[in-house]
Amino acid sequence: MLIVVCIKEVPDSAYINLNPANGLLIRQGVPSVLNPFDAHALEESVKLKEKYNFRVAAICMGLPSAEVTLRKALAMGVDEVVLISDPAYSGADVLATSLVLSEAIKKLAEKDEIAMVLCGKQTIDGATGQVGPGIATRLNYSQLTLVDKIENVDPSAKKVKVRRTVDGWFETIEATLPAMITVVPQINHPREPAVRMQMMADRAQVTRWDNSVLKLDAQGVGAAGSPTHVNKIFSQTMPESEILGDGISDPEGAARALIDTLIANDMFSV
Amino acid sequence: MADLDYKGVWVYIEQKNGTAAGVSWELLGAGAELAKKLGTELAAVVIGNNAAQLCQEAFAYGAAKVYLLDDPVFQYYRTEPYYKSIVQLVNKYKPEVLLLGSTGVGRDLAGAVATALKTGLTEGCTKLDIDDKGLLLMTRPAYSGNIMATIVSPNARPQMATVRPRAMVMPVKDATRHGEIIREPAAIREEAIGVKVLEVIDSAQQGSGTVGLTNAEIIICVGRGVQSKENFQLLQDLADAMGGKVACTRAAVEDEIAPLDYWVGQSGITVRPKVYIACGVSGAIQHLAGMRDSGVIVAINYDRQAPIYEVSTYGIEGDCLQVIPAMTSYVKELKEKKS
Repeated sequence: MLIVVCIKEVPDSAYINLNPANGLLIRQGVPSVLNPFDAHALEESVKLKEKYNFRVAAICMGLPSAEVTLRKALAMGVDEVVLISDPAYSGADVLATSLVLSEAIKKLAEKDEIAMVLCGKQTIDGATGQVGPGIATRLNYSQLTLVDKIENVDPSAKKVKVRRTVDGWFETIEATLPAMITVVPQINHPREPAVRMQMMADRAQVTRWDNSVLKLDAQGVGAAGSPTHVNKIFSQTMPESEILGDGISDPEGAARALIDTLIANDMFSV
Repeated sequence: MADLDYKGVWVYIEQKNGTAAGVSWELLGAGAELAKKLGTELAAVVIGNNAAQLCQEAFAYGAAKVYLLDDPVFQYYRTEPYYKSIVQLVNKYKPEVLLLGSTGVGRDLAGAVATALKTGLTEGCTKLDIDDKGLLLMTRPAYSGNIMATIVSPNARPQMATVRPRAMVMPVKDATRHGEIIREPAAIREEAIGVKVLEVIDSAQQGSGTVGLTNAEIIICVGRGVQSKENFQLLQDLADAMGGKVACTRAAVEDEIAPLDYWVGQSGITVRPKVYIACGVSGAIQHLAGMRDSGVIVAINYDRQAPIYEVSTYGIEGDCLQVIPAMTSYVKELKEKKS
């Protein structure tokens, strides 16, 4: 059985710039990295592979340059990678993105039965956390978001048991396979690939799929297939912070002023 | 071209064990304003098992109508029965706007509903408005919160958005208000659901660490300026005195001042407490992404040029190692006076 990990290449958040004229990200000169949340999904897939003998494929929709990110996935131990790249797919919102990824997963399912799709809980650029649920809904898989522990997988009974960490509580859930699981960073510590694995990954084959392979209706993908679009973009202005007391010469007075201010504004009570 | 003949503003009332999430009532407040601008009606969607008592509360917070789906299948939140039932409801009554809270449950549900309806969804909004053509303007922070983006969904209905807790003002509750309850059935039976909730544990039983943080109303954050593992206790003491939790930055983890479980930031935990006190925190962009939606942010840092001051409401220019113990003793003093 196969585990598919969906990963994304994102601009390194330390170098973010937007073109204020059109609201588009200035990609030029900005280094790209593997979405940090996805590193946890990759690590978990490799752990599951080691424990249950699954095969693992990582897929990525993005620019041709995202090949570098897929090689990182190979170095971490996934068996196969697919780069899904076509100019027609650019400008996709959540709905159009989940369509392309779901169709790619269906194509992988022609060769091998899918046990799970793993995703990071969100990306650091879009930060919607909605692509995973989109895939689960399109493929009619069990949807398990915010998972911090995969407790048990029973491939023959087609069951998975996970723990979710939701808004202030933990849930233990049993679900039928195939399942789409989004993982939170607390689930594991992603490995640093060994040099040997890195060298192997550098020489490995990266499969490339464009729309001549997936054959999707051009109206349903990319910007054309996206119901939402950006209307306006602006910077967030914050008011100046109010400095309380003199923290250098009178730390005690400043401390008291802060507590009094919090109490006066109903932010804290004793 | 999508069918645009949709009318009404809907708010999904998220509940657990019969208690609604605060953000749901906040959304009724925001939804009432949108409905007024559109000249339409505000309705709440209540889904649960024995959740009927929430209808009266929804009226009190401003809903004119409640769609009530009350069935044992809704005992615990599970994606499939909830999303399929909402989709069935939307297809029957066709609202133009559907709002949910941007919570763990709200985000899980919204993504499934929007995909099944093939409509647009804007996640994590902090501002909603209606333009002169009657379109919903959904504004959200983008790229770690440095930039705000206003998103529209011109040709797909309903226009869906999730909204962050505390981004909207809690409306005034008026218990004299009444409205119409419309009961609708669940879209799926228990036998057809492949997901079972085996156990639910409240994180309050789990003590400190990550899960305690997402709920905490007060967070004291350890930055590199705290300097050592020994000084960590000073912040823990303040957190204990104020009834809060301790968090930390990536830099504090790297310097082994605080454990990884306490890490708040873009790749760590995202928190939204009422009060976030950043002690010796410079405010790297990745850290700000994990806490900038807090109610009040306090910077305690002697470097007035540190980026943390760009997001903070209050600041103390000083050494946090001197200020923190003074805060702890003052809080204790106030408590003693009170008792």
